[in-house]
Amino acid sequence: MKYALKRLAMLLATMLLVSLFTFIAFELISGDTASAMLGTEATPERLEALREELGLNRPLMVRYAEWLFGFFTGNLGVSTSYRQPVGDLIAPKALVTLYLSLMSFALIVVISIPLGLWSAGRAGGPLDGLRTAFNQLCMAVPPFFTGILLSWGFGIVLKWFVPGEFPDLSANFAGALHYLLFPAVALAIPRIAMTVRMFRSTIQAEMQKDYVRTAISRGNDRGEVLRRHVLKNAIAPIAAFLAQTLAEIVAGSIVVEQVFSIPGLGRILVASIANRDYPTVQAIVVILAFWVVLAGMLSDLVSQCIDPRLRLGGGA
Amino acid sequence: MKKKLLALLLLSGLLCAALSGCGGGSAGPAAEDGQTDGSTVPDAEPKVNEITVGIAQDLDDSLDPHITVAAGTKEVMFNVFEGLVKPTPEGDLIPAVAEKYELSEDQTAYTFTLREGVRFHNGEPVEMQDVIYSLNRCAGMKGEEPLIPALSAVKGIEASGSTVTITLDQPNTEFLSYLTLAILPEDYDQQDTAPVGTGPFKFVSRAAQDNIVLEKFADYWGEPAYLDKITFKIIENADSILMSLQSGAIDLCSHLTSTQVAQLGDDFNVEEGTMNLVQAMYLNNAEKPFDDVRVRQALCYAVDKQGIIDLAFDGYGSPIGSSMYPAFGKYFDDSLTNYYTRDIEKAKALLADAGYPDGFSMTITVPSNYQPHIDTAQVIVEQLKEIGVNAEIQLVEWGTWVEDVYNLRKFQSTVIGVDASNMTARALLERFTSDYDKNFINYNNAEYDALFQQAITTASDAEQTDFYKQMEANLTENAANVYIQDLVDLVAVRKGLTGVRFYPIYALDLSTVRYEA
Amino acid sequence: MKQKWNGFLKAGLLLTAFLAAWIVLGFFWTPFDPSAMATGPKLDGPSLQHWMGTDQFGRDIFSRVLQGAGTTSFIALCTVITGAVGGVAVGALTGYFGGLADEILMRLNDALTAFPSILLALVVISILGPGNKYNVIIALGLVFIPSFARISRTAFAALRDVNYVKSARLMGAGNARILLVHMLPNTMSVLLPAITIGFNNAVLAEASMSFLGIGVKPPDASLGYMLSEAQGMLLGAPWYAVSVGITIVLLVFSVGLIGEGLQRRDKGVS
Repeated sequence: MKYALKRLAMLLATMLLVSLFTFIAFELISGDTASAMLGTEATPERLEALREELGLNRPLMVRYAEWLFGFFTGNLGVSTSYRQPVGDLIAPKALVTLYLSLMSFALIVVISIPLGLWSAGRAGGPLDGLRTAFNQLCMAVPPFFTGILLSWGFGIVLKWFVPGEFPDLSANFAGALHYLLFPAVALAIPRIAMTVRMFRSTIQAEMQKDYVRTAISRGNDRGEVLRRHVLKNAIAPIAAFLAQTLAEIVAGSIVVEQVFSIPGLGRILVASIANRDYPTVQAIVVILAFWVVLAGMLSDLVSQCIDPRLRLGGGA
Repeated sequence: MKKKLLALLLLSGLLCAALSGCGGGSAGPAAEDGQTDGSTVPDAEPKVNEITVGIAQDLDDSLDPHITVAAGTKEVMFNVFEGLVKPTPEGDLIPAVAEKYELSEDQTAYTFTLREGVRFHNGEPVEMQDVIYSLNRCAGMKGEEPLIPALSAVKGIEASGSTVTITLDQPNTEFLSYLTLAILPEDYDQQDTAPVGTGPFKFVSRAAQDNIVLEKFADYWGEPAYLDKITFKIIENADSILMSLQSGAIDLCSHLTSTQVAQLGDDFNVEEGTMNLVQAMYLNNAEKPFDDVRVRQALCYAVDKQGIIDLAFDGYGSPIGSSMYPAFGKYFDDSLTNYYTRDIEKAKALLADAGYPDGFSMTITVPSNYQPHIDTAQVIVEQLKEIGVNAEIQLVEWGTWVEDVYNLRKFQSTVIGVDASNMTARALLERFTSDYDKNFINYNNAEYDALFQQAITTASDAEQTDFYKQMEANLTENAANVYIQDLVDLVAVRKGLTGVRFYPIYALDLSTVRYEA
Repeated sequence: MKQKWNGFLKAGLLLTAFLAAWIVLGFFWTPFDPSAMATGPKLDGPSLQHWMGTDQFGRDIFSRVLQGAGTTSFIALCTVITGAVGGVAVGALTGYFGGLADEILMRLNDALTAFPSILLALVVISILGPGNKYNVIIALGLVFIPSFARISRTAFAALRDVNYVKSARLMGAGNARILLVHMLPNTMSVLLPAITIGFNNAVLAEASMSFLGIGVKPPDASLGYMLSEAQGMLLGAPWYAVSVGITIVLLVFSVGLIGEGLQRRDKGVS
């Protein structure tokens, strides 16, 4: 219980740190909100007026404190470019990205676990080398390249979906999911390969251990040992790996969203950075950070179940 | 393994298909055949009287037309707002919210008569107070900074009955063009996000980075729009634009590159207009070595405009020789276009004369989000190699470009397109007067400044035109910049659609677009 | 027990050597000047003269791919070195000493991991200046530090209490000596495969960044930039995207095989 609380505190600390980084980052990037908004029509007077209006003239720390206060009271501020509350602006995008990530994750889990088991069981077989090579090949394909090929092949040639026509999530849920399937596949392919590989090597490492060797040499059925002991012990690192994958998919989806013209968090993040729309960037960064930290926590928790030495603070 | 195999097969199949596609040079007959009986047919039937337009830039700006800065936003919202007058494709100004106007003898007072029965999109009639409000807001009549600086010349705005009189402190032949400013309802505070105007289309919704929806305004005073609904779909990725056109997700898209157009196939007509930009390699005239006119001239002799247009734009585009483009008609002086013809020897001689017999190194700063400028810069780099000038492209984010190049003037050279904020020669030429705050190339020429003063004070249109032409010649002769071209504007329109019109300003007028009967 | 060579290692090294030979050749000689325009018709398909066809300026794609592969490999190599050196330093210190420094550095590490890499990269690039290759290397290198730190921290923490380290400590060896001489070589079995994976991730990350428009830009044309450029011409000139895409895949694949081989060698699996 104490441990869980500690992790929770760390989660908060990390998010605070991340949001502070973002604020500082915005101070360091050349060009501020006002000059990004006015562009070539900027005059010193107009810039000054706009900065005043947006409150950009006050010290960094004051603005950060204000943002923090707003954040804890559920007010994410108003987008400087869209002039609309950040919450309203990004909520639908976050949902799209969430669905895309979850779908991709589901694909990874559903495909890679049986595939990994199967491949581990067959390790050392005649085709093992080829399988592994193919696995490496799948890992080598960038998701946006796959995405391009998929939208061309399935969109333009086969017409299984209409690239560029992402249906509104609330109006046509099934249609949206159908559309998301293709980017989800593009995202999933290299990840599936990675998970299968991870799965295989974890199980193999486990199989090398003395207790397994002993069990097998005693005449226990190989498959039985695999299922009853090896899997049980291998499940923890694999679960940790999957949790990490969950975090990485979200980052990967940014590029894939661009390829498939999906209105998700990635696109609005890139655009908001270019616009120096810091309330929006700040909110998205915190959401993404929350997601990553959460996944990291999951993975830590799982791995600490096996190796208590890694428990944080244990060395002190 | 089966699934992996399947995936492998699919992928390799795609690769093979992609490879085999190269023979035909197009997407292949399968794709095109499918198109005619595929998902696009419902769109082509007149019963669904709507289209989807692809735009590369999101409307990530305030939608209040008096505050909007982004060209992309103005281009779309052209369909929603109108001023007392509005531009025509020919470059004239015709009455819009006003029914007619008169100019006083001394050319300092404009009297507009409001048109009867004009309504805002929210159903309210346009009243005199709305017009006064809109004019006051832009001209800063209540002591604040005017939203349109040129309107600071307004001395007074007076209404009587259905007429409004605007008086100036001195005659200004270009004043009318500023009155295209949008007329907005006075008591409405959501222009930022849910704008209300008087144009042929009304604003319905905006989803950031996704789409903007406009609908036909039934109570429009003039010729009503043909289409019932337009969805602007934001597609920032150049490849996705092409994909979306091919798949039927969008029906119309402007500002395409010649490479994109070449890949379109038979489902589209391509309309050709101009971007109305002065694309040039702008030189920082205060920066070494460009403070020497001989060096600038050498660059002009080394750069081959037509070569750039042929190589990077498949021959589309009109070469220019000064800060003026052909759409401006009477102000455009075509004799300047070929003032410098490519001459490597002369360029080298000029460089040697200026003390650079072995050439020099320079950087060209280019905003990374404008592919045409990047392409142009790449060709320039190659061309400059021949006179021993080693140019290096520096790509920067748009925000950085604005800050460093445009505002702080920390640059050597930059390839960019400069547009006119309104349809006046002044909008293009005033920026190079020595004390103008947007003179980002630091051009400093006394003769030029004097000519400009004469141009804006004369009351004779012919004389003014002449002064402006002399200013253009001044820029060319002094090689202020390496002028290149007015970029082509290629618009893909799905077959069956017609009525795209080009304007000499940055606007995409959809009120005349319709399905062919 | 350890096998020095295995099929993956051999195949990977062979393929990498083959690619590397081309890349090195590309530094000295290419069929055409990679930036020379109009060397042939524009957007022309592969031919004997132009093995991978020509691009929209009539430049020879094969020459450009050679040059781009060189740039990409250089970036990926430097990135992975930056990330590995930085990450191992952090990981070794935190894993070995533990305590408050561990706590703080790992928190920072978490925050850095949680920070969207795109924003991080953009910040670095916008501070350092536009997207030339060195700035991309620094940006990506920073992004790569946390994962190396994490891996090496685990490895060093696990070694902290093994017998030979304990005995070295008892014999009075300094911390630096223990870390560098006794522990570092023993973490190599974890680090080397991580480096090969890191190299591949760097190639892919550079490509993604270029795709989003914040990576390497001309004149430093990398494979990633070329691929993003080629995507706009997929329908009319598919060979462009396909040749560049396949080059990236091959590069990543060959190094991936080496990584696989290394891992197998260390585990003693044939």
